[in-house]
Amino acid sequence: MESILLLAHTESDGTLAKPALEALAAALAMEGELSVGMVGAAVEPAANQIAGCGAARFLGVSGPAFGQSRYSTDAAAAEALCRASGAAIVIAPSTSRWARALPGVAYRLGGRIDTHVTHVTNLAAGDGTPAVTRWFYRQRMEAVLTRSERPWMVLLDAGCVVPWSAPGPSGAAAVESVAVEAPVTRTTVTGIQAPKADEQTIRPDAKLLFVAGAGWTKKQSDGAVHAAEAEGLILGFLRAAKASLGGSKSLVDLSGEGEAVLRCMTHLNQIGQTGATPRHPKGLSTCCHGEEPHVVGWRFVNQRRAINLDANCGWARGKADVLYVADAFEVMRRVNRLLEAG
Amino acid sequence: MSISFQIVVCGSVVADPLQTLEPVIGPTGPALKNEMMLPAVLDPWAGHALYEAAHLARQHPGSKVWLVSLGPKAKLQQVMMTVAQKVPFDLVALDGPASGFTDSFETAAALAGAIGGIAGLDRARLLLYGGWESASRGAGSTLQMVGERLGITEQFQGVDQVTVRDDGSFEVLERIEGGRHQVSVCDAPPAVLGWATGHLPEPRNNPQVGMVNMRTVMPSLQRAKAVAISNTGLRFVSVNLPKQQRATRIVKGMPAEEIAREIVAWVGEE
Ligand SMILES: Cc1cc2nc3c(=O)[nH]c(=O)nc-3n(C[C@H](O)[C@H](O)[C@H](O)COP(=O)(O)OP(=O)(O)OC[C@H]3O[C@@H](n4cnc5c(N)ncnc54)[C@H](O)[C@@H]3O)c2cc1C
Repeated sequence: MESILLLAHTESDGTLAKPALEALAAALAMEGELSVGMVGAAVEPAANQIAGCGAARFLGVSGPAFGQSRYSTDAAAAEALCRASGAAIVIAPSTSRWARALPGVAYRLGGRIDTHVTHVTNLAAGDGTPAVTRWFYRQRMEAVLTRSERPWMVLLDAGCVVPWSAPGPSGAAAVESVAVEAPVTRTTVTGIQAPKADEQTIRPDAKLLFVAGAGWTKKQSDGAVHAAEAEGLILGFLRAAKASLGGSKSLVDLSGEGEAVLRCMTHLNQIGQTGATPRHPKGLSTCCHGEEPHVVGWRFVNQRRAINLDANCGWARGKADVLYVADAFEVMRRVNRLLEAG
Repeated sequence: MSISFQIVVCGSVVADPLQTLEPVIGPTGPALKNEMMLPAVLDPWAGHALYEAAHLARQHPGSKVWLVSLGPKAKLQQVMMTVAQKVPFDLVALDGPASGFTDSFETAAALAGAIGGIAGLDRARLLLYGGWESASRGAGSTLQMVGERLGITEQFQGVDQVTVRDDGSFEVLERIEGGRHQVSVCDAPPAVLGWATGHLPEPRNNPQVGMVNMRTVMPSLQRAKAVAISNTGLRFVSVNLPKQQRATRIVKGMPAEEIAREIVAWVGEE
């Protein structure tokens, strides 16, 4: 069995978030000797949180410079932890922070990296070599691959593994501090730009993804466009169902071009080929045609229903479980009423 | 203070996303069925990077844009016929695979080598652009390695906006979790910026721009060096299309009230 390093960065409170605990579970399942490497302003709370995970070593790089998500400092810290552990396989959660920094670290170590991995395993056949599963061509085909180059860094996508949870109360882990001089950097992180809490429409943990397509902005049977009502219905549903909002490219492009369509919709909401591929148990598509470049973004949405006026739209062709051939305005008005009456 | 940039955009071609893609296993590993026959387009996020680069160059006279592309020469030529009409750039072409199944480590080596060979490139003014992920490999790992090979450790990914300030520093908005952006300020180039969608629409075709570009595009294609990507140590165990084809229940003629009730019940199910 090869040695494994779980590489995690801490959150602002010094603990590990769910994606890191998922990567820990994946690392433990590999059954090699496990070290944990942590990066953050402080790492003790994280080490204590997972003290009982059975790792042989807890290594940490900490200090104010390492509390921020920034390429140069993150790469220096990760590089030092990988070298200190000497691990052959490095497993890390695919957060925006690690996705930015770790490919460069793989290069520095003369190793290789695979990102957006959905599964890590020891191949049953042969000598139990590790193998990873990931998608190619924007979720169009799924491959299993293995590598002989080491170290091999693996970025695990969130939501693929049940996160590790402590069997008992959290303990106290002894952290070996790895000294890293913070590299000179020309980058200053100045903040986070986020929509106001009540305007936040992207909710990665929501049970339901609600997708709005360009149909909401098209002329309806009365010959008129009803953009204001569309926005009201969509926001009303999001609020009542606590759903996350996705959009088709056609709709978000319209919003970007300044047409008063859906003020809450940006490119960040776009689902598909050139958008996001979120993970939700259920998805409801409305006024969206269900073309392939859109539907590849639904790869990880399990139950799918669609409302479309067109019985021959893409959803009808094996892409949704249920297609309601109906007017989404009519249906969503009533859905909202029922939810509000609750 | 007059500020100008040297912007190198890494971007290649991918099979048109409207096509049906099917994997085949060949003697050298997986590939797309009929890969050379499939119509190709400029890799979408790299395209955004190119348009953003041209926009920045226009705002800062004295700036220059290069497009560095590793792909099968015939495909590059085909795609450049339209891309060259969009915005001004100098093409640096490399003749080799643009397949999703090629490894980013070796691809980065080839790209960094080509960038290193650009005559007169001023590294102190260099902004290395590209898409934050390709539509083929979809890994988001190439640009970082190109940057490392060129010694650039100011790097940003998922970039939606770059705003240059009067002192030559620039503010960068990067996509992070939960539909938010991280805001950073970088004092000066060189830097690597992997673009997400940005804010610019695709420019219209402009035959005049095309004519000027063609003066470098055609010679660059003719000169394109052959590059082999050997995928050292990488073995594909399997490549499959997803099996699940849903048996769609198509509901016609159901009153809206009833559909609404069905949806509400479904949303509420655990
Ligand atoms: C390189 C490339 C990348 C792309 N990337 C993406 C991507 O990431 N994401 C994406 O979404 N697309 C992407 N596309 C575009 C994609 O091919 C489609 O053009 C797009 O998804 C269509 O959006 P739409 O279904 O909302 O709009 P339309 O095709 O205009 O469909 C509108 C639908 O609304 C229905 N409708 C209208 N009124 C009502 C009503 N009252 N009730 C119910 N239904 C109604 C109509 O029947 C129609 O089906 C990409 C294309 C290319 C070439």
